[in-house]
Amino acid sequence: MGQFVTEINANGVIAVDDTIQVKGYETRAGSRILEGFKPLFSAETVERLEGAGYAVAGKSAVGEFGLDLLGEFAHGGPCLDASGALRGAAAELVAAGQVRGALNVDLNGAPRRAAALSGVDFLKPTYGTVSRYGVIPCACSGEQVGVTAKTAGAVRELLRVIAGHDPKDGTSLPAETYDYGNGKDVPGMRVGLVRELTDAASDDMKARVTAYAERMRGLGVTVEEVSLPLAEAARTAWNLLLCAETCNNVSRYDGVKFGYRSPDYRNIDELYVNSRTEGLNFLTKAVILYGSDALSKGRYVTCYDKALRVRRLVWEQVKGLFKDFDALLCPACSRTEYRPYAIADAFKTVFEESLFTAIPNLTGVPAMASGGVQCFADTLRESSLLNLAEAMEGSGAK
Amino acid sequence: MRYEAVIGLETHVELATNSKIFCSCGGHSTKGEPNTRVCPACAGMPGMLPVTNRRVVELAMRAGILLHCDISRYTTFDKKSYYYPDLPCAYQITQWFHPVCRNGSVEVTTKDGTRTIGIKQIHMEEDAGKLVHDDWTETTLVDFNRTSVPLIEIVSKPDFRTADEVMAYLEKLKTMFRFANISECEEGAMRCDVNISIRPEGTEELGVRTEIKNMSSLSSIRRAIQYETARHLDAVERGTETLVQETRRWDDVKGRTFSMRNKETAADYRYFPDPNLMPILIGEDWIRRVRDTMPASIEEKTAEYQSKGLSEKEIASLTSERALCDLFDAVTAAGRDPKEAASWILTECGGILRKHGQVMGELRVAPEKLSRIMEKVSGNEINRAAGRKVLEAVLYEDADPDAYCKAHNLSAQGDADAVRQVVLKVLDATPNAVKDYLGGKKKAFQALFGGCMKELKGNGDPQVIRTLLEEELSKRS
Ligand SMILES: [Zn+2]
Repeated sequence: MGQFVTEINANGVIAVDDTIQVKGYETRAGSRILEGFKPLFSAETVERLEGAGYAVAGKSAVGEFGLDLLGEFAHGGPCLDASGALRGAAAELVAAGQVRGALNVDLNGAPRRAAALSGVDFLKPTYGTVSRYGVIPCACSGEQVGVTAKTAGAVRELLRVIAGHDPKDGTSLPAETYDYGNGKDVPGMRVGLVRELTDAASDDMKARVTAYAERMRGLGVTVEEVSLPLAEAARTAWNLLLCAETCNNVSRYDGVKFGYRSPDYRNIDELYVNSRTEGLNFLTKAVILYGSDALSKGRYVTCYDKALRVRRLVWEQVKGLFKDFDALLCPACSRTEYRPYAIADAFKTVFEESLFTAIPNLTGVPAMASGGVQCFADTLRESSLLNLAEAMEGSGAK
Repeated sequence: MRYEAVIGLETHVELATNSKIFCSCGGHSTKGEPNTRVCPACAGMPGMLPVTNRRVVELAMRAGILLHCDISRYTTFDKKSYYYPDLPCAYQITQWFHPVCRNGSVEVTTKDGTRTIGIKQIHMEEDAGKLVHDDWTETTLVDFNRTSVPLIEIVSKPDFRTADEVMAYLEKLKTMFRFANISECEEGAMRCDVNISIRPEGTEELGVRTEIKNMSSLSSIRRAIQYETARHLDAVERGTETLVQETRRWDDVKGRTFSMRNKETAADYRYFPDPNLMPILIGEDWIRRVRDTMPASIEEKTAEYQSKGLSEKEIASLTSERALCDLFDAVTAAGRDPKEAASWILTECGGILRKHGQVMGELRVAPEKLSRIMEKVSGNEINRAAGRKVLEAVLYEDADPDAYCKAHNLSAQGDADAVRQVVLKVLDATPNAVKDYLGGKKKAFQALFGGCMKELKGNGDPQVIRTLLEEELSKRS
């Protein structure tokens, strides 16, 4: 089981991304900087699954802090399929039937992308409905724990277990349960096909989305092309916020209290600098530099603050569309296959790909990858996503 | 030309809460063995999320109400980033964009009169840990007990002109905050940054400003202000040096300030709103609730005690400590006479504490026990001297008044027997005085009485001594 970085229980049924803590088991978030770090507590989502009888099989591999596309720059190396194409570790474990489901952190779309490429389902729930307690933090304002599983039904089952108010998370919404649908009510639904995102994808991905839309129509769903002019601005805004928040959150890894410490230092400054230089990869460093710059005195107003304003505008634009549509359909990534590439290109590549995934992270709305594509829905309307996916899976869309 | 100093203060006050500002551990966490008042959250372990302690917001509002501030209807927490080993997350959660209170004022009185000092804002924040330097091993250790202890920072306008005004202000804040249970204001729980510049009297433009960081003792603050003002004057009037806007450090041993030429002063703190802490919306209802549940102010207590017939001095002593007022209120509520209660608390308890080298602030006594002692004395079950003895046992042995009296045979009767022994001893020892008295010299009685009092070391009940003396003398006539 090469997709596991840590195996916990041979009879376990759930894979937990290495960005989510399981008490007592090394949690490295794909990074050298957290080498040997064993958390003192489990994430709330892990506690809830274990409490409901789902044993954790192991920690699935992720890229450093989950920042890359598909784990290609994980400290332990990428996860590749037989052809040498990049795969998300958790999505592959689910696709191969090794686990019933997986918990993943959707920070910049990685688990959605992975699910779309491996032909499984991943749902990023509405921000605040699932506790982030125990997640190795990067961009707290938009990251969410979600569920990967083979079918919409299995996603729903696990989501019901992990969702609900958690007093340990100050952004947790008050409700204890949410509506995750019943797999019915699909005929008559209205779906918007997002032009800007579809146009930006490769031809084979475009064809995949068009075919999916066609099959939706076959189920009695109305599919219409819609425009989301702020899609690009949303990507920029989310990447700015993500860099800024991540820069701040990873600054605690300094080699002093836990994790990797450089053997080579003469004073406290060198201890910090050398531990971080050796412990973090080039992509994380780029994120830190961009983030630090966006928060600096000279840039705060023109970068960070503006990103917050764009977040508001995008939210209004998306909300406007959800007055007329139950869901928005688009690609989850630009292509149908990815190969390993040089880390020097990582920041640019991740930025470009996040065009397809940024809106739900930026605005907090739910998003689901299924059938190789993805859909967004309005806040707390996971039911629409799950119902559509379930109907499509029943119609032989996979 | 005459110059005046322009001084502004940033005062950090540790709040009296049962837990830290964003986690449930801690409390009065500067105490205790190093790193025993710490949890994964305040130690900065990844995965923990901050959750605001509601009490902190309420105490900050309470301070704002006392300092006549506007309470913000919308207030947020922000992150301030810098690297320092005592800061486990490499950021401090504070309030940068929307502080909880703004635009207040406070009156300070010095020998030169009363002036109003403006308050720019009050904001909430978490404290950092402590570094302990071990010179012997040349190592530095970190103690996280103080990490995330709640603070409020009160930022004054640059309205002070003298060190006396600063002292009066800090003393006033201390008394006010202790009295309102906002802070215990114990040693080190109040820390100040002082901004100073000078300008010709009567002008508006501010001179070059320097800031002296992180002082906690009042005498250091006074000396630092005096030193720094003189340094500015020398520079401006005599050209001894060129002043630059900078942060300085007060060295209490050398008695002067030093420039802090380090990176810290040039840091860009990269403030941004903490996405883990939702903005706090403060409605009228909440403000009213905080106002209504505020402990009575010193002024209100003073008026109340005046109406109960206490003297100015008694009132001043009682209102110096919230705990003394609470004790007094509880004892009088139990039916004891107010004048008597004040006397027992201030004179009797105070005397016993002094004898043990303690001060009034250290008084810890259950009001029921003090009340019971007073009841026994006023009901003539025991005399006042015996009551004092019981009180001492209550204070230092946690004795029960009734049980103690019984165990030590303290009663009016047992007492009278002891006094009678003394009277007999005095009469036997001074036959001449007895003869004089019986021969009609009534003045001799005073000498006999004085002898008994001396023998009883001043602890006798005069009425009892008088009665027994007369009784025994009549037997000898
Ligand atoms: Zn704590």
